[in-house]
Amino acid sequence: MSWPVSDDTLSALGADIAAGAGPGVEASTAYGELTLEAPAGRIVEVLTLLRDRFGFQQLTDLTGVDLPDRAQRFDVVYHLLSFTRNLRLRVKVRTDEDTAVPTVTGVYPCADWYERECFDMFGVFFSGHPDLRRILTDYGFHGHPLRKDFPMSGYVELRYDDELKRVVYEPVKSVEYRNWDFMSPWEGASYVLPGDEKGEAR
Amino acid sequence: MADDLAAGPALPETPVLPETPVRKFNINFGPQHPAAHGVLRLVLELDGEVVDRVDPHIGLLHRGTEKLMEARTYLQNVPYFDRLDYVAPMNQEHAFCLALERMAGIEVPVRAQLIRVLFCEIGRILNHLLNVTTQAMDVGALTPPLWGFEEREKLMVFYERASGARLHANYFRPGGVHQDLPDALIDDIEAWAKAFHRPLGDIDKLITGNRIFKQRNVDIGVVSREQAMAWGFSGVMVRGSGIAWDLRRSQPYECYSELDFDIPLGVNGDCYDRYLCRMQEMRESVKIMLQCVERLRKTPGPVLTEDNKYAPPRRGEMKRSMEALIHHFKLYTEGLHTPVGEVYTAVEAPKGEFGVFLVSDGGNKPYRCKIRAPGFAHLSAMDWLCQGHMLADVSAIIGSLDIVFGEVDR
Repeated sequence: MSWPVSDDTLSALGADIAAGAGPGVEASTAYGELTLEAPAGRIVEVLTLLRDRFGFQQLTDLTGVDLPDRAQRFDVVYHLLSFTRNLRLRVKVRTDEDTAVPTVTGVYPCADWYERECFDMFGVFFSGHPDLRRILTDYGFHGHPLRKDFPMSGYVELRYDDELKRVVYEPVKSVEYRNWDFMSPWEGASYVLPGDEKGEAR
Repeated sequence: MADDLAAGPALPETPVLPETPVRKFNINFGPQHPAAHGVLRLVLELDGEVVDRVDPHIGLLHRGTEKLMEARTYLQNVPYFDRLDYVAPMNQEHAFCLALERMAGIEVPVRAQLIRVLFCEIGRILNHLLNVTTQAMDVGALTPPLWGFEEREKLMVFYERASGARLHANYFRPGGVHQDLPDALIDDIEAWAKAFHRPLGDIDKLITGNRIFKQRNVDIGVVSREQAMAWGFSGVMVRGSGIAWDLRRSQPYECYSELDFDIPLGVNGDCYDRYLCRMQEMRESVKIMLQCVERLRKTPGPVLTEDNKYAPPRRGEMKRSMEALIHHFKLYTEGLHTPVGEVYTAVEAPKGEFGVFLVSDGGNKPYRCKIRAPGFAHLSAMDWLCQGHMLADVSAIIGSLDIVFGEVDR
């Protein structure tokens, strides 16, 4: 298939998949990419269908997105690739901290490490995963760093202690977290601007 | 004589040795091991000298790039991509810039596209030179790295002359590249590309037919087509198994569709075929570089988009125009904004498909940026790739997987 794929072709394919995958699966197209939203419980079924009937042979990527304002705060995003049809596809499911998403290691074996990473970074559980350990963070690490409520500088820092002759963890004190305010005063800051409080007092 | 022997005393019967259960060995490979290509810790379960199970422990170089990116503006994030796969830095920047360009709808001028392609191919040669020669070192040859690094040094000088930095270039920008190349640099790159066949031929002569190199690599770490697809492989790892798949050809970005080059394919999917693919890819990269050089001479013009919402105005303009000054100020304090949405862009990095999944909430910082590193998927296959091989083959397999920990751990 020629590249880039036209939006019409993608929408037609999306409608095709949505019809084949049954209720709860919705397709949308944006920026020349096709996205499917599926119910988390049926992800194995949907991906098996995509692999076997629609020719998406490879899971290129699996990741999470944290949206804490939502009741189901996590999106788990699967990126699929078809070598034979030269197409890409994104599948999204929603979940929260407690609900496990069924593992897709049975459909795509490479999901093993990706799901471990997603669990490590977001604390999303994958039921049926053969070995759901942390993967990128340190041995004995606490917390899930890519959650939005985890501070960028973390909670602990590491240094070598010359007296104990080993590395020790301590609360972060060497970095100060700086959160820049990029809001322009002309575009409507919702707080009192520095200097304005004097005017109010007068 | 024969009679004498036959009539000799009967040999004492060999005592029957009782079967002793052999305990499997668990050993640590790395994290400080020269053949681990960085900080890889492998927990190996050995049955004698045969590998039974491999458990790679990664993350020893985890720097939290994705978390850091969420707290910085888009322009501040470009340098983080140099530090992922630090062997071919500009290829990573490319993926991020393409993601921003698709999201914001930025047009890249032709000259900028040519410069990007030129430097991505330099990056490919940088990477393959390092990989091919260190793979030879992993299996016992010490000379190839010394020869390869000599050429790498020359290429890094080109990096420096273009961007000011040998390694962490920070040269690509959303909408083009930071600054134009001087003519003398283009001439020198051409001269290098025309002369490169000699050192490459030397390395080729030294390794390709070498008996020891072949004994250590042929039929080691065989990947079938089905395995390559199921395990999320990309780049040389699928081409070595005979799948004609190269994003530069099948999903072309920039001006790759206008350039003439071939995609080398392997047959057997073993370490040796992957080595041969890499060698041939370097020759193809030189071909692309020469075409870019020729076209760069004929296409003058801007190297950065003229849209000042995304790229700064020229310095001279800022001296006179109020609007240009405001644009400059806004770009370097607040930074550029992207519309709400999500994109996934991938480039054919030297190691395979390097992808960026960018989620934007309409602000000046990425809401979430997932970096899809090819080495991560390749390393996850270590367990079944090494099963049944000897301990010494583990380092040959790691060498041909082309692992760099900057990108695996992020």
